[in-house]
Amino acid sequence: MDIAVLIKQVPDTYSERKLREQDWTLDRDAADAVLDEIDSRGVETALQLTEAKGGEVTVVTMGPDRATETLRKALAMGAHKAVHVLDDGLAGSDALQTSAALAAAIRTLSVDLVIAGNESTDGRTGSVPSMLAERLGLPQVTSVRTLEIDGTTLRAERVHDGGYSEVTASLPAVVSVIEKINEPRYPNFKGIMAAKKKPVSTLGIGDLGLDPSTTGLANAASQVLDGAARPPRTAGEKVADDGSGGTKVAEFLAAARLI
Amino acid sequence: MAEVLVLVDHHDGVVRKVTAELLTAAARLGTPAAVVVGKPGTVESLAAELGALGAAIVYAAESDDAAGFLITPQVAGLAAAAAAATPAAILVPATVDGREISGRLAVRLNSGLLADAVDVESIDGEVVATQSVFGGEYTVRYRVTTGVPIISIRPNAVEAAPTAASPQVVPVQITIDPAISATVIADHPEPIGDRPELGAASVVVSGGRGVGSADNFHVVEELADSLGGAVGASRAAVDSGYYPPQFQVGQTGTTVSPQVYIALGISGAIQHRAGMQTSKTIIAVNKDSEAPIFEIADFGVVGDLFTVAPLLTGAVKARKS
Repeated sequence: MDIAVLIKQVPDTYSERKLREQDWTLDRDAADAVLDEIDSRGVETALQLTEAKGGEVTVVTMGPDRATETLRKALAMGAHKAVHVLDDGLAGSDALQTSAALAAAIRTLSVDLVIAGNESTDGRTGSVPSMLAERLGLPQVTSVRTLEIDGTTLRAERVHDGGYSEVTASLPAVVSVIEKINEPRYPNFKGIMAAKKKPVSTLGIGDLGLDPSTTGLANAASQVLDGAARPPRTAGEKVADDGSGGTKVAEFLAAARLI
Repeated sequence: MAEVLVLVDHHDGVVRKVTAELLTAAARLGTPAAVVVGKPGTVESLAAELGALGAAIVYAAESDDAAGFLITPQVAGLAAAAAAATPAAILVPATVDGREISGRLAVRLNSGLLADAVDVESIDGEVVATQSVFGGEYTVRYRVTTGVPIISIRPNAVEAAPTAASPQVVPVQITIDPAISATVIADHPEPIGDRPELGAASVVVSGGRGVGSADNFHVVEELADSLGGAVGASRAAVDSGYYPPQFQVGQTGTTVSPQVYIALGISGAIQHRAGMQTSKTIIAVNKDSEAPIFEIADFGVVGDLFTVAPLLTGAVKARKS
């Protein structure tokens, strides 16, 4: 089976992340850029499936030039080829536009399964996989912690706010994984060397058949009015426990009418 | 005044608390209209309660297929109600289900999506949502320029203040296409006992690596229970197997914003802070006086959580009795 995996380069959550004050879009230069951790689990899921059942894994990303680093990392893990959706006219896309571009890119492939992370650590809308499913006319099996494929049927355990459900769907389908799905492998030296020779194709607005009057920040369906950096939270009172620490917390909460 | 649709979050005949919050938010923007997607008979049992929560209209999107499929029944229900109502906005809870429903709906209605809002307001007749970005480092106000604003609102972000109404029930037809739907074989609700849901609780007590073992977590649970709060855990505690993953608070777990957040034995790594630093009041207990959690705590105790937490639990109980 052939699988497309959506991956995204995001600012490292261990570094300071900033928005640009001109337009409140992500300041991609402010923080180290990494493959979003959840996406490496998506790649791992696809690799395990193709190792068991054959087929190829294509990793797909949308982002600026440097997002190529992320594709190379996924190729080094073992993905077979990569698609880079790259066009200055796509900068500042919202989730709706991103899903349109990614759906167009996936239509150029012939895959049985699309795998994504459940949400990115930067945008966190958690909605692109379901948008993609709607655009492609496919079932969505989202937020899964297990995934089994039997012929053209997939079964999964889907985690939601109130517990989990056992769900099933026919392929092709869109799946999103949560971080409990697996532990991603680290690329080894051989994988890193092999990745340099694997094909990466680049698709722009024209290649994807998108209407330029619908793409990019200026045409986004959701737009920022204004923004503000939160005033830094300051440390309050700190006491060393002398045996009465618990009582002091109770007094603090009572004084603030919180208990 | 234009209607504002609210997706009713219900399970086994119980309307979840976030629905009341969304109906209150809807009343700020227009006439609150609840959309119930469920098996036939669901609306009959819920309509009075939804009226008490402020719904002036209840759209009944009922189908025998409503419970058997994932996400697409709710998308169909909201799309049908939107066609009937021409609403000013559509509000859904920013839960796992709600965010996926809103994504699919945004494509179907070709409308802008404002995800995970913490507030909504109407400015000169335009719907504006506030989002909290990067775990509360920024707040940004957004609007929609295409279609109907579809907004997912974080549970516990808006305080429910209902004005009761006598709702008019309006049936809408839904058809669910099995070709684009996943099937739910079985649902397994987590037994959460009497504790509130983590994302919606007004008090959250979380334990970290400092709790030391799964057995020791009862200290965290007892404090949470004395306060009527939810129990959370840091990623370190979850990864060490002290507490189940669905209770993880942080960047890769649940984002919480309760009135009171109590961190027991949690150092306060940036990943954890991103999931709780918008809490109104933060209390920290940690042995390490240099732990970063103290930088954002309103009140911190440098000490052993196994001394401090039981004493606090006792003091809370004493005040309540």
